[in-house]
Amino acid sequence: MDTIHACFKEKIGEVLLPGDVFSFSFPESGDGSIKTEKVICGPGLRRNGEEVQVCKSGILRHKQPNMYWIDSQQRRYVPAKGESVIGIVTAKSGDIFKVDVGGSEQASLSYLAFEGATKRNRPNVQVGDLVYGQFTIANKDMEPELVCIDSCGRANGMGVFGADGLLFKVSLGLVRRLLAPQSEIVKDLEKIFPFELVVGMNGRVWVKAKTVQQTLIVTNLLETCENMTSQQRQTLFKKVAEGSL
Amino acid sequence: MRDTPLSNCERRFLLKAIEEKKRLDGRQTYDYRNIKISFGTDYGCCIVELGKTRVLCQVSCELVPPKDSRPTEGIMFFNLELSPMASPAFEPNRQSELLVTLNRQLERCLRNSKCIDTESLCVVSGEKVWQIRVDVHVLNHDGNLMDAASIAAISALSHFRRPDVAIQGRDVTVFSPEERDPIPLSIYHMPICVSFAFFLQGSYLLVDPCEREERVKDGLLVIAMNKHREICSIQSSGGIMLLKDQVLRCSKIASVKVSEITELINKALENDRKIRKEGGKFGFAESMPKERITTLKRDEAPVEMTDVEETAKDIVNRTETTTEVVSVPSPVLVGMGTAQVGEGIVNSWGLDEEEEDEPQTEDTKTDEVMVISDSEEEEVVILNEEVQ
Repeated sequence: MDTIHACFKEKIGEVLLPGDVFSFSFPESGDGSIKTEKVICGPGLRRNGEEVQVCKSGILRHKQPNMYWIDSQQRRYVPAKGESVIGIVTAKSGDIFKVDVGGSEQASLSYLAFEGATKRNRPNVQVGDLVYGQFTIANKDMEPELVCIDSCGRANGMGVFGADGLLFKVSLGLVRRLLAPQSEIVKDLEKIFPFELVVGMNGRVWVKAKTVQQTLIVTNLLETCENMTSQQRQTLFKKVAEGSL
Repeated sequence: MRDTPLSNCERRFLLKAIEEKKRLDGRQTYDYRNIKISFGTDYGCCIVELGKTRVLCQVSCELVPPKDSRPTEGIMFFNLELSPMASPAFEPNRQSELLVTLNRQLERCLRNSKCIDTESLCVVSGEKVWQIRVDVHVLNHDGNLMDAASIAAISALSHFRRPDVAIQGRDVTVFSPEERDPIPLSIYHMPICVSFAFFLQGSYLLVDPCEREERVKDGLLVIAMNKHREICSIQSSGGIMLLKDQVLRCSKIASVKVSEITELINKALENDRKIRKEGGKFGFAESMPKERITTLKRDEAPVEMTDVEETAKDIVNRTETTTEVVSVPSPVLVGMGTAQVGEGIVNSWGLDEEEEDEPQTEDTKTDEVMVISDSEEEEVVILNEEVQ
């Protein structure tokens, strides 16, 4: 059995704290050949020379074939490249918009980064609008940059949105659960009544339903189902569904 | 750090919801959030939680020479601080307008209303008087800081005990709490501020606005009142035009709220006094509930579904009832304490216990909507579909 995988495997599903170390002792194999194993360390794990250190508290998760990461719960967002987030436009200055994404710095969004935008044809973006975009540059040394088109030049759902509806903030863990491919929460919510939902990885969620009442119901449900087990959540949703017919 | 800006869609949604008389957390327009008052181990230390807004107040005293203009009166000093941990919008050491407004309002509410007897704070006239210092710290900002600060200040002042003094000629001996019991301040009345937020040019008002509602408000009216319906101060900001009957209505609402809050304060003070006398544990550590991550730790979020009942009734009435309604015969007195209803009818109790969906009895069929709610979390109307 591979040593590195074995070391990780015994801790999968356990809660780890920052400072825990995985050190691998390689046995001297008789024939002198060392098998190279490729292990991908995800968020929360950091390589430090010959060891892998845990730098966030949470549960160790594993995805085949060789990906490991720490599933942690936090509310503070740190911009990361490739993530799609909901931002609020705060300023228009020259060629770029300044967008607040909930991180330590405001991201910049060029006015050309919209579908069909040219120098003559500027997008209709006002201060205070909501935009859904992806990070092209997001590291700790530079100001993050957002774009609202994908690599082919198509909008693909990104851009300005949200004439109505309500924006609220949840924890990052809930957002990841909502965005998972077969999300139970979303499936359960769909059964209650129809609504539109935009989920940003910075913890911001936008909801719009037919009436103000329904929007408020969905908002409150999403905010409360954070710490519930799936059983509690299903009973709650069922009660709401029956109550609202 | 900068505060998160309010997006246009949030603003529009909040105003639309207010027009429909709906608030984000499901309260009614005149409802306050849950107020929780807890006292610390020291006398004069109080934390007030108004929903998620948290305010800490500490009262302390020291002997100082009095002001020249008032040699026989003690001195009251108020200080309110916006801690940066309360909100990302608060920066340390910055004189913001909000800070000045809150400080002035707190001073007006407590000092100018003469709720504390300052003459009793005099020790040696012209030489030594007590200076009572009230420090209010905002720990978390979720709207309506003024109310929370005033409740905290007056609770802490009522809770506070100053050291006992003995005067012999010109000598003043201050006794420590171990030598002689400290004395409470003499408080005439308890002024409490009630805030009203106005929206859409004064057409809609909300009591106890939360932080998001405060951001979209047009104007604010703060009325400081005590439970004897005496107005201690009124302040209107934001520049909106208020009609006379609006102000009168607000003062009536304020008097109701103030009497409720005063009762709450008195109850909290009484509880604390009782616990201290019995020698039980008191202080903040005891009043904090043990919270666990494995249980739902949010407060109940009431989900209001009032118009659901009407639609449900419509639907139920619209469908035809096919069963005939047999009237229940009046009871027949058989003997002392025994009566009989009906005769010769088959007892249908105890049969078919597993099938709960069947009609209860063969005699009557209820058309009303049954409310079965064993939910401890939310107020929800559940319909029992009896019409097949």
